[in-house]
Amino acid sequence: MTQSLSLSAVVTATIVSALVIFATRAFPFALFSRRNPPRIIRFIEKYIPPMVMAILVVYCLKDIRFTEKPWGIPSLTALVVTILLHLWKRNPMISIFGGTLLYMILLRIL
Amino acid sequence: MSAVKTTLPVFFGYLAIGIPFGLMIVNAGYPVWIAPVMSVTMYAGAGQYIAVGLFATGASPGTIVLTELLVNIRHIVYGLSLITRFKNAGKWKLYLIFALTDETYSILTSCDVPDGADTGKYYGTIALLDQSYWIAGSVIGAATGKLIPVSLTGVDFALTALFAVLLIEQLEKSHDFLPAVIGIIAACAAILLVCCGVMPSGNILIAALAFGFAALILTRGRSLDKNTDQKVQK
Repeated sequence: MTQSLSLSAVVTATIVSALVIFATRAFPFALFSRRNPPRIIRFIEKYIPPMVMAILVVYCLKDIRFTEKPWGIPSLTALVVTILLHLWKRNPMISIFGGTLLYMILLRIL
Repeated sequence: MSAVKTTLPVFFGYLAIGIPFGLMIVNAGYPVWIAPVMSVTMYAGAGQYIAVGLFATGASPGTIVLTELLVNIRHIVYGLSLITRFKNAGKWKLYLIFALTDETYSILTSCDVPDGADTGKYYGTIALLDQSYWIAGSVIGAATGKLIPVSLTGVDFALTALFAVLLIEQLEKSHDFLPAVIGIIAACAAILLVCCGVMPSGNILIAALAFGFAALILTRGRSLDKNTDQKVQK
């Protein structure tokens, strides 16, 4: 039987974790704030954002179970509809809320 | 105003994933106020979810530090691609760095600052709005306990849709599909590794980023040698 952390330990752990998380965010800025960023940084600025975005989309779908009901149909259908809506109307509000609404409906009827 | 509109999907997404976080931390036996304390100081979705598990199982300080480091190490990659964008952010810069989540990163790398608006203030408002949604979600979850209506299920898809829309917008600008294709393959590969039991699911993002970065260097690395980049002199 494991003992959960005491409240004071949790507060300490929260502060330490906050520092660790801030360190991961601040690291690159601390490294390159003074000098002109080297060429590798410009490479990263150009290619990394679209790659990260694609990774995050797939990451959001990681919990789909294709072998059981509803076989991933709600998320995949809603994703395709979101993309099509966006290519058609070019309005993020319409694409995102249209897709989300469809997803919520499909979740309930399938 | 435009910042509010831009962050509206994050509002729904953060409520949808902030509320379950609040529920979890209270169900783990901790007081309601710890939820906003964590959301204000840590402000990291995955980091806070994992922290609840670590707290509940009585993890050692070393385990907590190491786990949080691994889960959040992807922020280094995010920061690297925002160095130039944040250069003129002025007094907002420190907060922008602190508040760099997946969602805020996605918006900041995709949006254009409106004409005449101050870069730091515009970015800062977006980041601040996002964090306020997150704090609100976690407080609602912690305070209302199990009273949350089931009807909220599925609202979190707003974040998936947001990432998809931002990806399209970025591809529109770059007309280069390779980074996106690499990202999709890298993420699928990382998820497969988890399915095969090779690594724990907490490592999906960092593994995908590592695979993707390696693939980008292999395919587009040549542009690093060429002198094709414009001079950035200020």
